[in-house]
Amino acid sequence: MARLWHKFGPVLTVVIAIFVMWYAGSIALNSAWAHDKAQRAGKVLTTSELVADTMSQKKPRLPAPHQVGAEIWKTTGAMVLRGRAFSKRSLFYHSWITLSSTALGFLMGTALGVALAVGIVYNRTMDMSVMPWVIASQTIPILAIAPMIIVVLNAVGISGLLPKAVISMYLSFFPVVVGMVKGLRSPDHMQLDQMKTWSASGQQEFWRLRLPSSMPYFFTSMKIAMAASLVGAIVGELPTGAVAGLGARLLGGSYYGQTIQIWSALIMAAALAACLVGFIGILQRRVLKRMGMA
Amino acid sequence: MTQAEANETSCQPVISARNLSLTFQTNDGPVHALKDVDLEINKGDFVSFIGPSGCGKTTFLRCIADLENPTGGEITVNGMTAEQARKARAYGYVFQAAGLYPWRTIGGNIRLPLEIMGYSRADQDTRIERVLELVELAGFEKKFPWQLSGGMQQRASIARALAFDADILLMDEPFGALDEIVRDHLNEQLLKLWARTNKTIGFVTHSIPEAVYLSTKIVVMSPRPGRITDVIESTLPQERPLDIRDSPEFIEIAHRVRDGLRAGHGDNV
Repeated sequence: MARLWHKFGPVLTVVIAIFVMWYAGSIALNSAWAHDKAQRAGKVLTTSELVADTMSQKKPRLPAPHQVGAEIWKTTGAMVLRGRAFSKRSLFYHSWITLSSTALGFLMGTALGVALAVGIVYNRTMDMSVMPWVIASQTIPILAIAPMIIVVLNAVGISGLLPKAVISMYLSFFPVVVGMVKGLRSPDHMQLDQMKTWSASGQQEFWRLRLPSSMPYFFTSMKIAMAASLVGAIVGELPTGAVAGLGARLLGGSYYGQTIQIWSALIMAAALAACLVGFIGILQRRVLKRMGMA
Repeated sequence: MTQAEANETSCQPVISARNLSLTFQTNDGPVHALKDVDLEINKGDFVSFIGPSGCGKTTFLRCIADLENPTGGEITVNGMTAEQARKARAYGYVFQAAGLYPWRTIGGNIRLPLEIMGYSRADQDTRIERVLELVELAGFEKKFPWQLSGGMQQRASIARALAFDADILLMDEPFGALDEIVRDHLNEQLLKLWARTNKTIGFVTHSIPEAVYLSTKIVVMSPRPGRITDVIESTLPQERPLDIRDSPEFIEIAHRVRDGLRAGHGDNV
């Protein structure tokens, strides 16, 4: 029991604290509307009536956790039970749409990031010229550039998954470039001199020394890139007319003031991000342990 | 080949430096790491370089290895320029740190230069086995570096430098980070190894007993500018048990080394 508490106690405490603050927040934020309704009906609310009302409004300013929970259950578990897990009203369906462009964008971004990093480390011209552009690319607000990417790619006949993945790639290559440049340069002087004493070629040095040395940096940057990819995918779904995906649920929710829908999509996005980053974390532990670098 | 010619080639120095100078340009003005260094090292010599830090002993070793570019004079290794010799893989180099790759086993680490140099897989395997036996690490092939002590790691790094066909072994304070007891043991092993392999060894140290115990030739150096102050040909026999360090002969050589170091320092100490 004591050991169980030692393991889960701190986490549980934080979760409880969040819920308490969340409930307090929703009572505080939603009470104005509750008072409004009561006044128009010519009634005066008791405290318990007020609290009950703030937690059961249809379009609350801040939905209570159990309302969000119920909405998530209605659009996930309940639909699975009815055998309609991938209907267009299911959050699984929307998460899948977002996940597929996140994953594709992440892979493209990681590949681009590694390629640029190799170029920067091995080519003096690229070393001098590429980094400022990479940094400049990240100072442009993604919300400004995302619609243009969609429009431009649409004009050349590319639509659907790829434009959203390109936006994910745009956000996710950056941490990979920065991390991998550092990682590929992490071998010290002695290790590089050692390679020189064996008269190793550039390729041998890359595959046998620089690339393995960069692995801790690689996994750390991939974690950041994965989170950035998800943000990119969600942002990419906004200008496409809110057809499908978690971004579409967010936008649709805000069109119609469906705060509960917005919050459930947000929670789903957070859970998705946690799963993806957690997956890379597991991969990182396994690989680095095998390589004796953990 | 006639006998005279054979003598001729065997007497040709393996490493020869003439007026070798190396000046580093720093913000505080030029630093003369080496100035007019002349030295010849013959085949099968065990040469120690000793001197205080800044005397250029490591720099000289790195010049032999073509890891530094001299700014004056010339150096030949096996009759070639240092660069040609490095590209011909004429030497194995042991650094102060073992520098084993944590993601490779001990065997894998020794295999690394063999892979780079393109030895066949079967040849790699026999060589790994042979050098591990040579440094008394047989049976540790599949262990990872973190499973070995510091001394064992350094032995593995020596094995790695011995695995390929280079008849020169350059060692830059290889035992500097190890404790006295391990060091004694490794010194003893190194002498046996040298006798068995007949390599030419260049060994940088700042321990007088280590230099005297190991070497056939002791090069005493002094700093500012880095130069050679004395070259001592050892009179100790080939066979050297550890207690030879208590013999009067040993003490006499050690004394001469110490005098050389003191002379190099001038009155600055």
